[in-house]
Amino acid sequence: MGGHDRAPDVDAVFRAEYGRAVAVLTGVFGDLDLAEDAVQEAFATAAERWPDTGVPPSPAGWIITTARNKAVDRLRREAARDTKHAQAHLLYPADHPPVEPAEEGPVRDDRLRLIFTCCHPALARASQVALTLRLLGGLTTAEVARAFLVSEATTAQRITRAKAKIRDARIPYRVPSDADLPDRLPPVLAVVYLVFNEGYAAGSGDRLTRDDLCAEAVRLGRLLAELMPDEPEVLGLLALMLLIQARRPSRTDADGALVLLADQDRTLWDRALIAEGQELVRRCLRRDRPGPYQIQAAVNAVHSDAATAGETDWRQIVALYDQHMRVAGSPVVALHRAVAVAEVDGPAAGLALVDGLDLDGYHLWHAVRADLLRRLGRTGEAAAAYDAAIARAENATERAFLERRRAALGADGG
Amino acid sequence: MKQYLLAMYQPVGPRPPAEFLEKVMAELGAIRAELEARDSWVFGNGLHDPDSATVLRASDGDVLMTDGPFAEGKEYLGGVTVIKAEDLDAALAWARRYAEATGLPIEVRPFLGEA
Repeated sequence: MGGHDRAPDVDAVFRAEYGRAVAVLTGVFGDLDLAEDAVQEAFATAAERWPDTGVPPSPAGWIITTARNKAVDRLRREAARDTKHAQAHLLYPADHPPVEPAEEGPVRDDRLRLIFTCCHPALARASQVALTLRLLGGLTTAEVARAFLVSEATTAQRITRAKAKIRDARIPYRVPSDADLPDRLPPVLAVVYLVFNEGYAAGSGDRLTRDDLCAEAVRLGRLLAELMPDEPEVLGLLALMLLIQARRPSRTDADGALVLLADQDRTLWDRALIAEGQELVRRCLRRDRPGPYQIQAAVNAVHSDAATAGETDWRQIVALYDQHMRVAGSPVVALHRAVAVAEVDGPAAGLALVDGLDLDGYHLWHAVRADLLRRLGRTGEAAAAYDAAIARAENATERAFLERRRAALGADGG
Repeated sequence: MKQYLLAMYQPVGPRPPAEFLEKVMAELGAIRAELEARDSWVFGNGLHDPDSATVLRASDGDVLMTDGPFAEGKEYLGGVTVIKAEDLDAALAWARRYAEATGLPIEVRPFLGEA
């Protein structure tokens, strides 16, 4: 992602350093548009020169210095043309240089400031996602639009509007204080996980773009874990994404059809990702400050431990979902718990729990009911539940999967 | 510094009981005193009912006058406060206090320019 016309060297630097360069430039000039334009110009210059000169020893430093010079040039040009215009572009007036606010937390990486600004709770979730991918990931507006199956015009408008709000309402460019972190961290994590899930929901949209979206989410997750190593939910989110990503090779068959966890070829799982994810889960356990991402990561770590589906420690998974319900209970968590209970105590016990949940609009609730009814031999009811699930599923791959399951019920299901 | 409008929206309907309003007014007074102590208070007051409004519209050199609010709705602008704040986070922290004190939605909007 992030461009197709750049040389491989420039492209690698672009992926790794675009977000940092925009973040540093925003810190210096207090203006997102200026920072973005300057960084893009610097990469354009790199694409022209590096094929001849070779990649400089510190490519990131070269990009940032070049971008800074370009931004200064542009401000000078604009100042010469219209002093007032140049001033109006700044988030902070020139006589009020951006200084590190006293209340800023211990971590001082510009990218962290940028991600907290992009994911400010005063911005709508869709805008937070688009801005984060654009400014930190370096995705073009067209790429963001394609990844989320919305029009390019809508995406462009979202990004423009969000940048204008950051400037006009003066959303601060800083890492929240420790006291504010409990309110401000969840939207950041939610944005990264949403990007990951969007990429993981294979089948709809451009497949390649979607794989890249997962990679981008993992990259953002790694960045957060590097910058906030003491936040267990940050580590939990990264662990969760790595453990799910590890199963990607077996999640769909050769035709792209969905394969259930129980039916996956576990030899295809990425052992390195699993080891990394499990180590993060262990680090979280040592901290003993559980949260939803850590618990979901732990559930996935239990699955990763089982060489075959039959060896899965479902009691452990039920215990983890019990904890999830205590820490952050919701009907969806209760649904996952019911699935685990069905493995331990049988489908009737699971179905009783599922039927007690008010999730009629959620396709997975119907899909889980359908599967439990099928296992109980209540085929007609199972067929009706599959129909309900199919009607509510938005993803083509999932819908195809549900249709196959329904067809497999046989004639009585008709 | 920047100026922000904190607009309070009230539902149409009967007024809450007096003892509830007294408590709310006392809390609003305390917030105002704090804003003043920090030199962040600019202006603020509650408004009469929308029935008391008059709307003027200029057209074709004429000015048409209508009795009543600009727009009828289930909620109406009940009061405004204008504050000075360093950034949106600071303004939102004050707005949160107003929302908690009144139990009403508060819309925060930045004014153009610098305070």
